[in-house]
Amino acid sequence: MIELLLSIWNLVPEALQTLLIIILKIVVIAVPIMLTVAYITLAERKVIGYIQVRIGPNRVGPRGLLQPIADGLKLVMKEILIPTNANRFLFVIAPLLALAPALACWAVIPFADGWVLADIDAGLLYVLALSSMGVYGLIIAGWASNSKYAFLGSIRSAAQMVSYEIAMGFALVGVLMAAGSMNLSTIVESQSGSFLHWFWLPLFPLFLVYFIAGLAETNRAPFDVAEGESEIVAGFHVEYSGMAFALFFLAEYANMILISILTAIMFMGGWLSPFQGIPLLEDLFSFVPGIVWILLKTSFLLLLFLWFRATFPRYRYDQVMRLGWKVFIPITIAWILVVGVGVMAEIGPWFD
Amino acid sequence: MSKVQYYLKSFLLWELLLGLKLTGKYFFKTKITVQYPEEKTPQSNRFRGLHALRRYPNGEERCIACKLCEAVCPALAITIDAEPREDGSRRTTRYDIDLFKCIYCGFCEEACPVDAIVETRVFEYTFETRDESVMTKEKLLAHGDMHEKQIAADRAQDAKFR
Repeated sequence: MIELLLSIWNLVPEALQTLLIIILKIVVIAVPIMLTVAYITLAERKVIGYIQVRIGPNRVGPRGLLQPIADGLKLVMKEILIPTNANRFLFVIAPLLALAPALACWAVIPFADGWVLADIDAGLLYVLALSSMGVYGLIIAGWASNSKYAFLGSIRSAAQMVSYEIAMGFALVGVLMAAGSMNLSTIVESQSGSFLHWFWLPLFPLFLVYFIAGLAETNRAPFDVAEGESEIVAGFHVEYSGMAFALFFLAEYANMILISILTAIMFMGGWLSPFQGIPLLEDLFSFVPGIVWILLKTSFLLLLFLWFRATFPRYRYDQVMRLGWKVFIPITIAWILVVGVGVMAEIGPWFD
Repeated sequence: MSKVQYYLKSFLLWELLLGLKLTGKYFFKTKITVQYPEEKTPQSNRFRGLHALRRYPNGEERCIACKLCEAVCPALAITIDAEPREDGSRRTTRYDIDLFKCIYCGFCEEACPVDAIVETRVFEYTFETRDESVMTKEKLLAHGDMHEKQIAADRAQDAKFR
Protein backbone atom coordinates (compact mmCIF):
# COMPACT_ATOMS: atom_id res chain seq x y z
CA MET A 1 0.00 0.00 0.00
CA ILE A 2 2.71 2.48 1.02
CA GLU A 3 4.80 1.44 -2.00
CA LEU A 4 1.84 2.05 -4.27
CA LEU A 5 1.32 5.52 -2.79
CA LEU A 6 5.02 6.26 -3.13
CA SER A 7 5.04 5.21 -6.78
CA ILE A 8 2.05 7.45 -7.44
CA TRP A 9 3.83 10.25 -5.63
CA ASN A 10 6.94 9.78 -7.81
CA LEU A 11 4.83 10.11 -10.92
CA VAL A 12 3.77 13.60 -9.86
CA PRO A 13 5.96 16.29 -11.46
CA GLU A 14 8.48 17.89 -9.15
CA ALA A 15 6.97 21.40 -9.22
CA LEU A 16 3.61 19.97 -8.24
CA GLN A 17 5.25 17.94 -5.47
CA THR A 18 6.70 21.09 -3.92
CA LEU A 19 3.35 22.82 -4.22
CA LEU A 20 1.54 19.92 -2.59
CA ILE A 21 4.03 19.82 0.27
CA ILE A 22 3.64 23.57 0.85
CA ILE A 23 -0.15 23.24 0.83
CA LEU A 24 0.13 20.39 3.30
CA LYS A 25 2.30 22.54 5.55
CA ILE A 26 -0.21 25.40 5.32
CA VAL A 27 -2.98 23.03 6.36
CA VAL A 28 -0.87 21.73 9.24
CA ILE A 29 -0.43 25.31 10.47
CA ALA A 30 -3.87 26.74 9.65
CA VAL A 31 -6.10 23.99 11.04
CA PRO A 32 -4.64 24.07 14.57
CA ILE A 33 -4.87 27.87 14.49
CA MET A 34 -8.56 27.69 13.64
CA LEU A 35 -9.13 25.14 16.39
CA THR A 36 -7.19 27.28 18.84
CA VAL A 37 -9.27 30.29 17.89
CA ALA A 38 -12.43 28.30 18.54
CA TYR A 39 -11.23 27.12 21.90
CA ILE A 40 -9.86 30.50 22.93
CA THR A 41 -13.40 31.82 22.79
CA LEU A 42 -14.32 29.12 25.29
CA ALA A 43 -11.22 29.78 27.38
CA GLU A 44 -12.06 33.47 27.41
CA ARG A 45 -15.57 32.87 28.68
CA LYS A 46 -14.31 30.41 31.27
CA VAL A 47 -11.48 32.66 32.51
CA ILE A 48 -13.68 35.74 32.70
CA GLY A 49 -16.34 33.65 34.40
CA TYR A 50 -13.89 32.33 36.98
CA ILE A 51 -12.62 35.82 37.71
CA GLN A 52 -16.22 36.95 38.22
CA VAL A 53 -16.78 34.02 40.62
CA ARG A 54 -18.94 32.22 38.06
CA ILE A 55 -18.16 28.95 36.30
CA GLY A 56 -18.83 29.95 32.70
CA PRO A 57 -20.33 27.75 29.99
CA ASN A 58 -20.68 24.12 31.11
CA ARG A 59 -23.80 22.82 29.39
CA VAL A 60 -22.70 21.83 25.89
CA GLY A 61 -20.68 18.66 26.13
CA PRO A 62 -18.55 17.65 29.11
CA ARG A 63 -17.61 20.80 31.05
CA GLY A 64 -18.77 22.93 28.11
CA LEU A 65 -16.07 21.61 25.81
CA LEU A 66 -18.37 21.52 22.78
CA GLN A 67 -19.53 25.11 23.25
CA PRO A 68 -17.31 26.54 20.46
CA ILE A 69 -18.64 23.89 18.06
CA ALA A 70 -22.21 24.87 18.93
CA ASP A 71 -21.40 28.57 18.52
CA GLY A 72 -19.73 27.93 15.19
CA LEU A 73 -22.64 25.83 13.98
CA LYS A 74 -25.08 28.55 14.95
CA LEU A 75 -23.13 31.21 13.06
CA VAL A 76 -22.81 29.02 9.97
CA MET A 77 -26.56 28.39 9.89
CA LYS A 78 -27.44 32.06 10.20
CA GLU A 79 -28.33 34.24 7.26
CA ILE A 80 -25.81 36.82 6.09
CA LEU A 81 -27.78 40.05 5.90
CA ILE A 82 -26.57 42.74 3.53
CA PRO A 83 -27.97 46.22 4.31
CA THR A 84 -29.93 47.80 1.46
CA ASN A 85 -27.59 50.65 0.67
CA ALA A 86 -24.38 48.82 1.48
CA ASN A 87 -21.68 48.41 -1.12
CA ARG A 88 -22.18 44.70 -1.68
CA PHE A 89 -18.77 43.84 -3.06
CA LEU A 90 -16.79 45.63 -0.35
CA PHE A 91 -19.20 44.49 2.33
CA VAL A 92 -18.57 40.85 1.50
CA ILE A 93 -14.84 41.19 0.89
CA ALA A 94 -14.07 43.14 4.10
CA PRO A 95 -14.15 40.15 6.50
CA LEU A 96 -11.80 38.30 4.17
CA LEU A 97 -9.46 41.28 4.13
CA ALA A 98 -9.43 41.22 7.92
CA LEU A 99 -8.80 37.50 8.21
CA ALA A 100 -6.30 36.89 5.40
CA PRO A 101 -3.40 39.00 6.80
CA ALA A 102 -3.96 37.53 10.27
CA LEU A 103 -3.42 34.05 8.82
CA ALA A 104 -0.74 34.98 6.29
CA CYS A 105 1.56 36.20 9.06
CA TRP A 106 1.90 32.65 10.32
CA ALA A 107 4.01 31.74 7.29
CA VAL A 108 7.15 33.15 8.90
CA ILE A 109 6.56 32.04 12.49
CA PRO A 110 9.19 29.51 13.63
CA PHE A 111 7.48 26.98 15.92
CA ALA A 112 10.70 25.17 16.77
CA ASP A 113 14.23 24.94 15.41
CA GLY A 114 13.68 24.80 11.65
CA TRP A 115 9.90 24.36 11.88
CA VAL A 116 8.91 27.27 9.71
CA LEU A 117 6.94 27.46 6.48
CA ALA A 118 8.92 30.32 4.90
CA ASP A 119 12.31 30.96 6.48
CA ILE A 120 12.76 34.39 4.91
CA ASP A 121 15.34 36.94 6.06
CA ALA A 122 12.85 39.82 6.11
CA GLY A 123 10.47 37.97 8.44
CA LEU A 124 10.08 40.87 10.85
CA LEU A 125 9.28 43.30 8.00
CA TYR A 126 6.80 40.82 6.54
CA VAL A 127 5.00 40.54 9.87
CA LEU A 128 4.95 44.30 10.28
CA ALA A 129 3.64 44.83 6.74
CA LEU A 130 0.90 42.21 6.98
CA SER A 131 -0.30 43.18 10.42
CA SER A 132 -0.82 46.71 9.05
CA MET A 133 -2.99 45.24 6.29
CA GLY A 134 -5.56 44.07 8.82
CA VAL A 135 -6.78 47.62 9.39
CA TYR A 136 -8.08 47.80 5.80
CA GLY A 137 -10.58 45.07 6.53
CA LEU A 138 -12.01 47.10 9.40
CA ILE A 139 -12.09 50.41 7.50
CA ILE A 140 -13.76 48.83 4.49
CA ALA A 141 -16.23 46.96 6.69
CA GLY A 142 -17.22 50.19 8.43
CA TRP A 143 -17.48 52.17 5.23
CA ALA A 144 -19.32 49.56 3.17
CA SER A 145 -21.95 49.01 5.88
CA ASN A 146 -23.44 52.46 5.23
CA SER A 147 -24.19 52.88 8.92
CA LYS A 148 -22.99 55.70 11.12
CA TYR A 149 -22.11 53.42 14.04
CA ALA A 150 -20.05 51.13 11.86
CA PHE A 151 -18.38 54.13 10.27
CA LEU A 152 -17.50 55.74 13.60
CA GLY A 153 -16.19 52.44 14.86
CA SER A 154 -14.01 51.91 11.84
CA ILE A 155 -12.64 55.45 12.04
CA ARG A 156 -11.76 54.90 15.66
CA SER A 157 -10.10 51.57 15.06
CA ALA A 158 -8.20 52.90 12.05
CA ALA A 159 -6.85 55.86 13.99
CA GLN A 160 -5.96 53.67 16.94
CA MET A 161 -4.26 50.97 14.92
CA VAL A 162 -2.26 53.45 12.89
CA SER A 163 -1.00 55.23 16.01
CA TYR A 164 -0.04 52.05 17.83
CA GLU A 165 1.63 50.63 14.73
CA ILE A 166 4.33 53.27 15.15
CA ALA A 167 5.14 52.33 18.74
CA MET A 168 5.02 48.68 17.76
CA GLY A 169 7.35 49.27 14.84
CA PHE A 170 9.84 51.06 17.06
CA ALA A 171 9.71 48.22 19.57
CA LEU A 172 10.55 45.86 16.72
CA VAL A 173 13.45 48.11 15.73
CA GLY A 174 14.86 47.53 19.21
CA VAL A 175 14.60 43.77 18.74
CA LEU A 176 16.17 44.06 15.32
CA MET A 177 19.13 46.01 16.72
CA ALA A 178 19.63 43.59 19.59
CA ALA A 179 19.41 40.47 17.41
CA GLY A 180 21.16 41.90 14.39
CA SER A 181 18.74 40.12 12.08
CA MET A 182 15.18 40.29 10.79
CA ASN A 183 14.90 36.53 10.43
CA LEU A 184 12.67 35.34 13.26
CA SER A 185 14.61 32.07 13.71
CA THR A 186 17.87 34.02 14.01
CA ILE A 187 16.22 36.34 16.53
CA VAL A 188 15.35 33.35 18.70
CA GLU A 189 18.81 31.82 18.36
CA SER A 190 20.49 35.08 19.35
CA GLN A 191 18.60 34.86 22.67
CA SER A 192 20.04 31.47 23.62
CA GLY A 193 22.08 31.10 26.78
CA SER A 194 19.69 31.27 29.72
CA PHE A 195 16.37 32.94 30.36
CA LEU A 196 18.37 36.01 31.40
CA HIS A 197 19.71 36.14 27.84
CA TRP A 198 16.19 36.52 26.46
CA PHE A 199 15.41 40.00 25.21
CA TRP A 200 12.74 40.76 27.80
CA LEU A 201 15.49 41.86 30.17
CA PRO A 202 17.55 44.28 28.06
CA LEU A 203 14.48 45.41 26.13
CA PHE A 204 12.06 45.42 29.07
CA PRO A 205 10.32 48.73 28.20
CA LEU A 206 10.03 47.64 24.58
CA PHE A 207 8.60 44.31 25.72
CA LEU A 208 5.87 46.09 27.67
CA VAL A 209 5.23 48.58 24.89
CA TYR A 210 5.05 45.82 22.30
CA PHE A 211 2.59 43.76 24.28
CA ILE A 212 0.36 46.69 25.21
CA ALA A 213 0.48 48.03 21.66
CA GLY A 214 -0.45 44.50 20.60
CA LEU A 215 -3.55 44.73 22.80
CA ALA A 216 -4.41 48.00 21.08
CA GLU A 217 -3.67 46.57 17.61
CA THR A 218 -6.07 43.71 18.12
CA ASN A 219 -8.74 46.05 19.51
CA ARG A 220 -8.88 44.09 22.75
CA ALA A 221 -9.91 45.36 26.16
CA PRO A 222 -8.92 47.82 27.60
CA PHE A 223 -8.38 49.36 24.14
CA ASP A 224 -11.59 48.11 22.50
CA VAL A 225 -12.95 51.60 21.77
CA ALA A 226 -13.65 50.44 18.22
CA GLU A 227 -16.35 48.18 19.62
CA GLY A 228 -17.51 50.41 22.48
CA GLU A 229 -20.89 48.74 23.00
CA SER A 230 -22.25 51.53 25.14
CA GLU A 231 -21.49 54.33 22.68
CA ILE A 232 -21.42 52.87 19.18
CA VAL A 233 -23.34 49.60 19.52
CA ALA A 234 -20.68 47.14 18.35
CA GLY A 235 -18.49 49.34 16.20
CA PHE A 236 -17.39 48.35 12.74
CA HIS A 237 -19.20 45.02 12.63
CA VAL A 238 -22.74 46.06 13.69
CA GLU A 239 -24.19 45.27 10.28
CA TYR A 240 -22.56 41.86 9.96
CA SER A 241 -24.27 38.59 10.78
CA GLY A 242 -23.68 34.89 10.40
CA MET A 243 -20.44 33.69 8.90
CA ALA A 244 -19.29 37.18 7.87
CA PHE A 245 -19.40 38.19 11.52
CA ALA A 246 -17.65 34.98 12.49
CA LEU A 247 -14.79 35.85 10.13
CA PHE A 248 -14.19 39.12 12.01
CA PHE A 249 -14.17 37.14 15.20
CA LEU A 250 -11.71 34.64 13.77
CA ALA A 251 -9.50 37.50 12.61
CA GLU A 252 -9.51 39.14 16.04
CA TYR A 253 -8.60 35.97 17.85
CA ALA A 254 -6.07 34.86 15.22
CA ASN A 255 -4.43 38.27 15.66
CA MET A 256 -4.39 37.76 19.42
CA ILE A 257 -2.59 34.47 19.06
CA LEU A 258 -0.23 36.01 16.54
CA ILE A 259 0.71 38.89 18.84
CA SER A 260 1.25 36.44 21.69
CA ILE A 261 3.48 34.12 19.70
CA LEU A 262 5.43 37.06 18.28
CA THR A 263 6.01 38.40 21.78
CA ALA A 264 7.12 34.94 22.83
CA ILE A 265 9.52 34.74 19.89
CA MET A 266 11.00 38.19 20.16
CA PHE A 267 11.17 38.76 23.89
CA MET A 268 10.78 35.41 25.62
CA GLY A 269 13.17 33.20 23.67
CA GLY A 270 10.70 31.43 21.38
CA TRP A 271 11.28 27.70 21.49
CA LEU A 272 14.25 27.95 23.89
CA SER A 273 13.88 26.18 27.20
CA PRO A 274 13.68 28.50 30.21
CA PHE A 275 16.00 26.12 32.08
CA GLN A 276 18.81 26.52 29.57
CA GLY A 277 22.11 27.18 31.35
CA ILE A 278 20.86 26.00 34.75
CA PRO A 279 23.04 22.94 35.54
CA LEU A 280 20.58 20.36 36.89
CA LEU A 281 17.24 21.48 35.46
CA GLU A 282 18.58 21.78 31.92
CA ASP A 283 19.28 18.04 31.71
CA LEU A 284 16.07 17.23 33.52
CA PHE A 285 13.92 19.09 30.97
CA SER A 286 16.04 18.46 27.87
CA PHE A 287 13.53 15.88 26.61
CA VAL A 288 10.83 18.53 26.19
CA PRO A 289 10.63 19.55 22.50
CA GLY A 290 10.96 23.24 21.63
CA ILE A 291 7.40 23.54 20.36
CA VAL A 292 6.07 22.81 23.85
CA TRP A 293 7.99 25.74 25.28
CA ILE A 294 6.85 28.18 22.62
CA LEU A 295 3.24 27.03 23.01
CA LEU A 296 3.45 27.37 26.79
CA LYS A 297 4.82 30.89 26.49
CA THR A 298 2.13 31.79 23.95
CA SER A 299 -0.60 30.35 26.16
CA PHE A 300 0.63 32.38 29.09
CA LEU A 301 0.53 35.58 27.05
CA LEU A 302 -2.94 34.68 25.79
CA LEU A 303 -4.06 34.19 29.37
CA LEU A 304 -2.79 37.71 30.02
CA PHE A 305 -5.05 39.00 27.21
CA LEU A 306 -8.07 37.41 28.90
CA TRP A 307 -6.97 38.46 32.37
CA PHE A 308 -6.61 42.08 31.22
CA ARG A 309 -10.06 41.97 29.69
CA ALA A 310 -11.57 40.82 32.97
CA THR A 311 -9.67 43.44 34.96
CA PHE A 312 -9.39 46.78 33.22
CA PRO A 313 -12.15 49.21 32.28
CA ARG A 314 -12.13 50.60 28.75
CA TYR A 315 -9.85 53.57 28.07
CA ARG A 316 -11.43 56.84 27.07
CA TYR A 317 -10.68 57.56 23.44
CA ASP A 318 -8.43 60.60 23.97
CA GLN A 319 -6.51 58.68 26.64
CA VAL A 320 -5.87 55.88 24.17
CA MET A 321 -4.40 58.42 21.77
CA ARG A 322 -2.38 60.11 24.50
CA LEU A 323 -0.91 56.80 25.60
CA GLY A 324 0.06 55.88 22.06
CA TRP A 325 1.58 59.16 20.95
CA LYS A 326 2.84 60.85 24.10
CA VAL A 327 3.98 57.89 26.16
CA PHE A 328 4.80 54.86 24.05
CA ILE A 329 6.58 56.54 21.15
CA PRO A 330 8.91 58.61 23.39
CA ILE A 331 9.67 55.55 25.54
CA THR A 332 10.51 53.40 22.55
CA ILE A 333 12.69 56.07 20.95
CA ALA A 334 14.56 56.64 24.22
CA TRP A 335 15.10 52.93 24.72
CA ILE A 336 16.26 52.43 21.14
CA LEU A 337 19.04 54.94 22.00
CA VAL A 338 19.90 52.90 25.09
CA VAL A 339 19.96 49.69 23.04
CA GLY A 340 22.12 51.43 20.44
CA VAL A 341 24.66 52.41 23.10
CA GLY A 342 24.51 48.86 24.50
CA VAL A 343 25.15 47.33 21.08
CA MET A 344 28.00 49.72 20.32
CA ALA A 345 29.64 49.10 23.71
CA GLU A 346 28.91 45.36 23.34
CA ILE A 347 27.51 45.08 26.84
CA GLY A 348 27.17 41.43 27.77
CA PRO A 349 25.56 39.00 27.94
CA TRP A 350 23.09 40.23 25.36
CA PHE A 351 24.97 42.35 22.88
CA ASP A 352 28.36 40.65 22.62
CA MET B 1 9.40 64.07 45.27
CA SER B 2 5.74 63.18 44.93
CA LYS B 3 5.98 63.93 41.21
CA VAL B 4 8.91 61.54 40.86
CA GLN B 5 6.97 58.96 42.79
CA TYR B 6 3.97 59.51 40.55
CA TYR B 7 5.95 58.99 37.36
CA LEU B 8 7.72 55.96 38.76
CA LYS B 9 4.41 54.43 39.76
CA SER B 10 2.74 55.07 36.44
CA PHE B 11 5.69 53.73 34.43
CA LEU B 12 5.87 50.58 36.52
CA LEU B 13 2.10 50.10 35.94
CA TRP B 14 1.75 49.76 39.70
CA GLU B 15 -1.99 50.38 39.97
CA LEU B 16 -2.64 48.04 37.05
CA LEU B 17 -0.66 45.29 38.75
CA LEU B 18 -2.74 45.79 41.91
CA GLY B 19 -5.87 45.38 39.81
CA LEU B 20 -4.51 42.22 38.25
CA LYS B 21 -3.62 40.87 41.67
CA LEU B 22 -7.21 41.38 42.84
CA THR B 23 -8.79 39.67 39.85
CA GLY B 24 -6.14 36.97 40.04
CA LYS B 25 -7.23 36.24 43.59
CA TYR B 26 -10.87 35.97 42.53
CA PHE B 27 -9.87 33.49 39.81
CA PHE B 28 -9.16 30.90 42.50
CA LYS B 29 -12.12 31.65 44.79
CA THR B 30 -14.88 29.11 45.27
CA LYS B 31 -17.52 29.65 42.60
CA ILE B 32 -21.01 30.56 43.79
CA THR B 33 -22.98 29.63 40.67
CA VAL B 34 -26.21 27.71 41.33
CA GLN B 35 -26.75 25.09 38.61
CA TYR B 36 -30.39 26.10 38.24
CA PRO B 37 -32.50 23.25 36.95
CA GLU B 38 -30.61 20.74 39.13
CA GLU B 39 -29.90 23.01 42.10
CA LYS B 40 -32.22 25.63 43.54
CA THR B 41 -31.70 28.34 46.09
CA PRO B 42 -33.61 27.94 49.37
CA GLN B 43 -36.97 29.71 49.53
CA SER B 44 -38.50 31.66 52.41
CA ASN B 45 -41.90 30.56 53.71
CA ARG B 46 -42.96 34.12 52.87
CA PHE B 47 -42.05 33.65 49.22
CA ARG B 48 -44.49 35.48 46.94
CA GLY B 49 -45.06 33.54 43.74
CA LEU B 50 -48.08 32.43 41.75
CA HIS B 51 -51.45 33.09 43.45
CA ALA B 52 -53.95 30.56 44.73
CA LEU B 53 -57.42 30.61 46.34
CA ARG B 54 -57.79 28.38 49.40
CA ARG B 55 -60.67 26.29 50.75
CA TYR B 56 -61.76 25.37 54.26
CA PRO B 57 -61.07 21.75 55.27
CA ASN B 58 -64.72 20.87 54.50
CA GLY B 59 -64.21 21.93 50.88
CA GLU B 60 -66.05 25.27 51.10
CA GLU B 61 -64.20 28.07 49.36
CA ARG B 62 -62.91 30.74 51.74
CA CYS B 63 -63.42 33.82 49.58
CA ILE B 64 -66.47 35.86 50.62
CA ALA B 65 -66.15 38.50 47.88
CA CYS B 66 -65.38 41.37 50.25
CA LYS B 67 -63.27 42.91 47.47
CA LEU B 68 -60.62 44.18 49.90
CA CYS B 69 -57.92 42.64 47.73
CA GLU B 70 -59.33 44.36 44.67
CA ALA B 71 -59.28 47.65 46.55
CA VAL B 72 -55.76 47.30 47.91
CA CYS B 73 -54.17 46.01 44.72
CA PRO B 74 -51.74 48.78 43.63
CA ALA B 75 -51.52 47.45 40.08
CA LEU B 76 -55.28 47.05 39.61
CA ALA B 77 -54.66 43.46 38.58
CA ILE B 78 -57.63 41.93 40.39
CA THR B 79 -61.18 42.00 39.01
CA ILE B 80 -64.04 40.58 41.12
CA ASP B 81 -67.76 40.13 40.37
CA ALA B 82 -70.01 38.82 43.15
CA GLU B 83 -73.54 37.52 43.53
CA PRO B 84 -75.42 35.67 46.31
CA ARG B 85 -75.29 31.91 45.85
CA GLU B 86 -78.48 29.75 45.93
CA ASP B 87 -77.99 29.16 49.66
CA GLY B 88 -77.83 32.93 50.15
CA SER B 89 -74.12 33.20 50.97
CA ARG B 90 -72.09 35.91 49.24
CA ARG B 91 -69.64 34.42 46.71
CA THR B 92 -67.61 35.55 43.73
CA THR B 93 -68.77 34.70 40.24
CA ARG B 94 -65.57 36.00 38.76
CA TYR B 95 -62.13 36.33 40.33
CA ASP B 96 -59.46 37.29 37.78
CA ILE B 97 -55.84 38.18 38.42
CA ASP B 98 -54.01 39.60 35.42
CA LEU B 99 -50.49 38.25 35.92
CA PHE B 100 -49.09 40.80 33.47
CA LYS B 101 -50.27 43.59 35.75
CA CYS B 102 -49.52 41.90 39.07
CA ILE B 103 -46.37 43.06 40.80
CA TYR B 104 -46.38 40.25 43.41
CA CYS B 105 -46.42 42.70 46.34
CA GLY B 106 -48.54 40.39 48.51
CA PHE B 107 -50.97 43.16 49.58
CA CYS B 108 -53.99 41.04 48.55
CA GLU B 109 -52.85 38.33 50.92
CA GLU B 110 -52.33 40.90 53.71
CA ALA B 111 -55.77 42.42 53.12
CA CYS B 112 -57.72 39.17 53.01
CA PRO B 113 -59.77 38.70 56.24
CA VAL B 114 -60.31 34.96 55.62
CA ASP B 115 -56.89 33.98 54.25
CA ALA B 116 -58.48 33.06 50.92
CA ILE B 117 -56.11 34.59 48.38
CA VAL B 118 -52.48 33.63 48.99
CA GLU B 119 -49.23 33.72 47.08
CA THR B 120 -47.50 30.36 46.84
CA ARG B 121 -43.91 29.31 46.38
CA VAL B 122 -44.50 28.45 42.73
CA PHE B 123 -42.44 30.73 40.50
CA GLU B 124 -41.72 28.57 37.46
CA TYR B 125 -44.66 29.11 35.13
CA THR B 126 -45.03 30.27 31.57
CA PHE B 127 -47.76 31.35 29.17
CA GLU B 128 -47.99 30.47 25.53
CA THR B 129 -51.01 32.62 24.66
CA ARG B 130 -52.16 35.99 25.95
CA ASP B 131 -55.33 34.84 27.71
CA GLU B 132 -53.37 32.28 29.70
CA SER B 133 -51.87 35.23 31.58
CA VAL B 134 -55.16 35.75 33.45
CA MET B 135 -55.63 33.51 36.50
CA THR B 136 -59.37 32.80 36.60
CA LYS B 137 -61.27 31.64 39.68
CA GLU B 138 -61.16 28.00 38.52
CA LYS B 139 -57.42 28.09 37.94
CA LEU B 140 -56.80 29.81 41.28
CA LEU B 141 -58.88 27.27 43.19
CA ALA B 142 -57.28 24.35 41.38
CA HIS B 143 -53.84 25.75 42.12
CA GLY B 144 -54.82 26.15 45.76
CA ASP B 145 -56.03 22.54 45.96
CA MET B 146 -52.79 21.34 44.44
CA HIS B 147 -50.53 23.11 46.95
CA GLU B 148 -52.80 23.27 50.03
CA LYS B 149 -50.41 21.29 52.21
CA GLN B 150 -47.45 23.58 51.51
CA ILE B 151 -49.61 26.71 51.78
CA ALA B 152 -51.02 25.68 55.16
CA ALA B 153 -47.57 24.77 56.49
CA ASP B 154 -46.13 28.11 55.39
CA ARG B 155 -49.00 30.08 57.01
CA ALA B 156 -48.67 28.09 60.24
CA GLN B 157 -44.95 28.80 60.39
CA ASP B 158 -45.56 32.51 59.89
CA ALA B 159 -48.59 32.78 62.22
CA LYS B 160 -46.68 33.90 65.33
CA PHE B 161 -45.33 36.97 63.51
CA ARG B 162 -48.77 38.21 62.45
